[in-house]
Amino acid sequence: MTPSEGARAGTGRELEMLDSLLALGGLVLLRDSVEWEGRSLLKALVKKSALCGEQVHILGCEVSEEEFREGFDSDINNRLVYHDFFRDPLNWSKTEEAFPGGPLGALRAMCKRTDPAPVTIALDSLSWLLLRLPCTTLCQALHAVSHQDSCPGDSSPVGKVSVLGLLHEELHGPGPVGVLSSLAQTEVTLGGTMGHASAHILCRRPRQRPTDQTQWFSILPDFSLDLQQGPSVESQPYSDPHIPLVDPTTHLTFNLHLSKKEREARDSLTLPFQFSSEKQQALLRPRPDQATSHIFYEPDAYDDLDQEDPDDDLDI
Amino acid sequence: MFVELNNLLNTTPDRAEQGKLTLLCDAKTDGSFLVHHFLSFYLKANCKVCFVALIQSFSHYSIVGQKLGVSLTMARERGQLVFLEGLKSAVDVVFQAQKEPQPLQFLREANAGNLKPLFEFVREALKPVDSGEARWTYPVLLVDDLSVLLSLGMGAVAVLDFIHYCRATVCWELKGNMVVLVHDSGDAEDEENDILLNGLSHQSHLILRAEGLATGFCRDVHGQLRILWRRPSQSTAQRDQSFTYQYKIQDKSVSFFAKGMSPAVL
Repeated sequence: MTPSEGARAGTGRELEMLDSLLALGGLVLLRDSVEWEGRSLLKALVKKSALCGEQVHILGCEVSEEEFREGFDSDINNRLVYHDFFRDPLNWSKTEEAFPGGPLGALRAMCKRTDPAPVTIALDSLSWLLLRLPCTTLCQALHAVSHQDSCPGDSSPVGKVSVLGLLHEELHGPGPVGVLSSLAQTEVTLGGTMGHASAHILCRRPRQRPTDQTQWFSILPDFSLDLQQGPSVESQPYSDPHIPLVDPTTHLTFNLHLSKKEREARDSLTLPFQFSSEKQQALLRPRPDQATSHIFYEPDAYDDLDQEDPDDDLDI
Repeated sequence: MFVELNNLLNTTPDRAEQGKLTLLCDAKTDGSFLVHHFLSFYLKANCKVCFVALIQSFSHYSIVGQKLGVSLTMARERGQLVFLEGLKSAVDVVFQAQKEPQPLQFLREANAGNLKPLFEFVREALKPVDSGEARWTYPVLLVDDLSVLLSLGMGAVAVLDFIHYCRATVCWELKGNMVVLVHDSGDAEDEENDILLNGLSHQSHLILRAEGLATGFCRDVHGQLRILWRRPSQSTAQRDQSFTYQYKIQDKSVSFFAKGMSPAVL
């Protein structure tokens, strides 16, 4: 069994998610936030690629090489080619240790390789590059790197290239994020709720409709993936089963309840202004002993008894 | 040093972790009490401290430090504290032409692109002295605060580069700690400040966020503190933890309590 076959023979579901992210090749965009960080998923993907026997290059700008390699065992670490741009990315120390051309030069150098083996390039992080390089330059370099394998008419066939880019969503406006999103073959947005992490995966396969799915997961200390069901719908964040429910009407000084007789009396009461059919009949047929009403008017000294009707001149 | 805050952060001067970046931010309130806490904490931990103080004068920090039990004057005299008094240094840089490059040289230059002179000041201040015996435990860089650098004309990326180099030198190379304060502009949409704050949040191990109460000013509760641990080094299975406490600042201490549990209302 070759190492790549052995790696894929794990629990089917566990490897499905990482497999599907790496299978398409091209640019895989990992969008994370302060609350839900994406470096662990990036390291899990790096580990998976290394176990499959691919060549893995890391462009490390944000964390030190030791911190990135932490958690990987030695055989994985031996397969990683680490380009360190953490110590002196802008060449402030004025020594020529740093790769000439900086991280962009290193990225462009990877376009010129002629190796037929599949390769994975991890950018930690794409946000670091996007803040310091013009967006167009970076996108052109990314396009050139991730589409090496699809150049027709090339004499030497180049293997599949996967570029894993870690992007911190809050740092960039919608323009650059949108451009990178359109360049990406696969886009993973990290989120979660109540302590469970989720990944919303959008795949753009060539000549097919884009597919998206949401997968709940957690990353184990050795950077393997553990797929989960997700939080159950019934678990509410604020209900606490240990607090007994208390009836607030138990110790009141007034009575809020009705006895059966009181309830019946209340239901049979007719409201004074409710127009029922009995009332209607009583008004339509006045009872014979009911006299017509009189108005008794006692004019006093200042009243002006004018028999003339002021509405006479109205032409109605 | 506030003992209650040490308890909440589960740390003491003797056994603090090294190589960490702590981000302090405040929104709608004054978070400078956190700066005073960490200054006295690291001085008591016998660390070599480089304090880039851009907001207040030395005497201000010294007076508060005395209430918390540390003497900044004595620390400076015996070489434990390197203090860059931003206010005085800025006046010197702007009004007098200096021969050597100054840490705040960017104030004088029209198109200062970066904070390299300030970084070199920090590196020089904290570099280990080969005197044979190790007098101090580990170096610490304290900055109060970074938002003022944006107001003085530096771009957010230039400030992030400065912090990047400080992290590479202080946290990684010298295994020391860093504590920086950034103001959160909140509703005032300051894009540069947001980039700075979010960029630093992604790089920090611990974020302490002091917020004013949503309901406004209160005499007994001065604000609430959100504590977010990121990137725990021991096990990645442990999710980032976040806690919220309310606090009241007193003359020589700060008392913390759970939300709604202020002694004034119980």
